[in-house]
Amino acid sequence: MNNMILVNLPFIVVALLLAVGFYTIGFKRNLIKVVIGIEILEGAVNLFLIALGYVKGAYAPIYTMAPKDAVNNMVLPTPQALTLTSIVIGVAVSALMLAFAVNIYHHYGTLDVTKIRRLRG
Amino acid sequence: MIEHLPALMIAIPLFGAFTTPLLKGKPRAAALWALAITAVTLGLGTLLVREVTAGGTMIYVFGADSPGLVLPSGYRVPVRIIFEVDAMGAFMALSAVLMSFIGAMYSHSHVERESGLEKYYSLLLLLEVGILGMVLTGDLFNLFVFLEIAGIAGSALVGFRNYRGEASEAGIKYLIVSAVASLMVLFSIGLLYGQYGNLNIAYLSRQIGFNTVDMIALGLLFASFAMKCGSVPTHHWVPDAYTEVPAGINPTLLVATYASLYALFRVSFSLFGEVTLSMSSVGWIMSILGVLTMFIGVTMALVQKDVKRLMSYHAISQTGYMLLGVGVGLTVLNDPAKLAAFGRDAMAGGIFHIINHIIYKSLLLMTAGALFYVTKTRNLNEMGGLARKMPYTTIAFIVGAAAISGIPPFNGFASKFLIYETSYQLNPLLAIFAMVTSVLTLASFIKVFASAFLGPPVKEYESVGEVPKPMVAAMLILAALCILFGLFPNVVLDKLVYPAVDALLNLGGYQTWGGVL
Repeated sequence: MNNMILVNLPFIVVALLLAVGFYTIGFKRNLIKVVIGIEILEGAVNLFLIALGYVKGAYAPIYTMAPKDAVNNMVLPTPQALTLTSIVIGVAVSALMLAFAVNIYHHYGTLDVTKIRRLRG
Repeated sequence: MIEHLPALMIAIPLFGAFTTPLLKGKPRAAALWALAITAVTLGLGTLLVREVTAGGTMIYVFGADSPGLVLPSGYRVPVRIIFEVDAMGAFMALSAVLMSFIGAMYSHSHVERESGLEKYYSLLLLLEVGILGMVLTGDLFNLFVFLEIAGIAGSALVGFRNYRGEASEAGIKYLIVSAVASLMVLFSIGLLYGQYGNLNIAYLSRQIGFNTVDMIALGLLFASFAMKCGSVPTHHWVPDAYTEVPAGINPTLLVATYASLYALFRVSFSLFGEVTLSMSSVGWIMSILGVLTMFIGVTMALVQKDVKRLMSYHAISQTGYMLLGVGVGLTVLNDPAKLAAFGRDAMAGGIFHIINHIIYKSLLLMTAGALFYVTKTRNLNEMGGLARKMPYTTIAFIVGAAAISGIPPFNGFASKFLIYETSYQLNPLLAIFAMVTSVLTLASFIKVFASAFLGPPVKEYESVGEVPKPMVAAMLILAALCILFGLFPNVVLDKLVYPAVDALLNLGGYQTWGGVL
C-alpha cells in the first residue's frame, strides 16, 4: 500500500499541479499571476514526461564509458529529450508573455485582467 | 533533390528567418529578401504537390535513408523523426506557401512606415516554418514543437504594433490560448507515449486500443486543436488577434489557424481512425460544434462597427462550415454505403472550403487593411464614398464579399453547395443552419459596402487615392483566384481536394509509411 503511493507520487503531484495551474489561470486577476499559472501547468507537464521516462534501477542513456551492467538496462532517452525541448520552448513563451505584460502595463496602467478590456464586442 | 523536398520546405524559410535580421536598418532589402524566400518556397510547394499527387505519400527520414529498422535488437519501430506528406498535407502546405507569398508581397508597402521591419519579416517566415512543419510532420512531438513555433511567431506578430496597447492585449490573449492548448497537446502526447512507447502517428494509430487513457488523450487533443482553430466556445481570441495583426500577416495567420484544423482532422482520421466504435459520436460533436460556430460567429459579426473585427467574426463563422463538412464525413466513416453516397463529398466540401476561405478571407482582410492604410481608421461610421477613390480595392472587395456569401460563380459557392447538399442528407437541420448563415453573411457585407464604399464622400478623405501597387497586385491575384476557383471548381476538386480526402480516408496507406515498411 505504502509502496503504491510512493510509485504513483509523481503522478499525484502532476494532478495537483495541473489543478493549481488551471485555478490560477482561471481565477486570478493579475496578469503576472496568470503567466505564473501557465508556468505551473508547464511544470506539471514536464514532471509528467520525466516521471514517464523513469525506470527504477536503470542507467542514464549515455553510451560513452557506460558500466558493464548498463547494457540493456538503460532508460529510453526520448522523454528526457522531450522535456528539454519543452523547457526551452517554455522559456520563450514566458519571456514573450512577460514582455506583453510589461507593454500592457505601460499602456493601460494596470495588470488587472478585468480592466484590460479595450477589445470587446 | 526531389526526395529532399519535405526537408527543404522547412529549411529554406528557416534560413530566411534567421538571415533577415542581418538586414537591420534596410527595410526595403528585408522586404525583398522575404519576398524572394517565400517565392522559392512557393515553387518548392508546387513541386511537392505535383510529386505527391503523382507518386503518392512521400516519406522523409531525418538522419537515415529509410524509416525501417534502427534499433540494434531487431525491434522494428520508427525512432527517428519522420516527415510523412500525403495529399492532405501537401494541400495544406500549398495553401501556406501561397498565402505567405501573397502576405509578403502585400506587406512590402503596407507596413513600410513602421519600424523594426527586419523582425517583422523574420517572424513572418518563422510563422510559415511553423505551419509547414505542422502539416508535413508524421511525428506527434514534432507537431507540438511546430505548433509552438507558429504560436509564438503568430502572437509576436499580433503584438507587432506595440505602440498600441490593444495590440499587446490581443497578443497576450492569443499567446495564453496557444500556450495552454499546446501544453495540453504535450500532456496527451505524454499519455500516448507512456502507453505505446512511440511518437510516430502512423505507428501509434496501429497500436491504439482505445482504453480510458486513450479517450482522455483524444478529448484533450480534440479540445486543444478546436481551441486553436477558433471553434465555439473558445473563439474569443480570434477577433482580437485578426483585428490587431497587420493585414499582410492575416493570410498567414489564417493558414496557421487552419493548420490546427488540419491537426484536428489528422488526429480524428489518422491517429484514432482505427477506433471504429466511437468516432461517429466524435463526428456528431464536430458537426454540432460546426453549426454553433457558424451561427454564433455570424450573429456576432452583424453588430460590429470595426470593419476588420466584423470580418474576423466571419472567419469564425466560416470555420464552422469546414467543421460541419468534415464532421459529417467523420460521422459516417464506418458506414461504407453512406460514406460513398455523401460522406466523401461532405469532406471534399469541408476541405475545399479551407482553401476557398483562406483565399477570400485574406482578400477581404486585405481590403480592410487597405481602407485602414488610406483612412487611418477602422470605424465603418467614419468612412464613406471611397468607391470612386479606390477602384481596385472596391472591385477586390466586391469579389471577396460575393465569394464569402456563396454567390455563384465565385469560389465560396462551389464548396458551400457541396456542404449544403451533403449535410442535408445527414440531417436537414444542419443544412438549414448553413444556408441561414450564408444569408446573414451577405447582409453584413452589404452593410460594409454601403457604409465604406458608397454614400456621400467624407471631407477628410478628399485627397486620398488608391493604395500602392504591391498591395493592389496582391489583392488582384487573390480576386483572380476567387473567380478561377469558382469557374473551374472541378479542376481543383479533382487535382487537389479529392486526393486530400482520399488520403484522410485511406488509413491503411498512411499506416504503412507509403509502402516503405
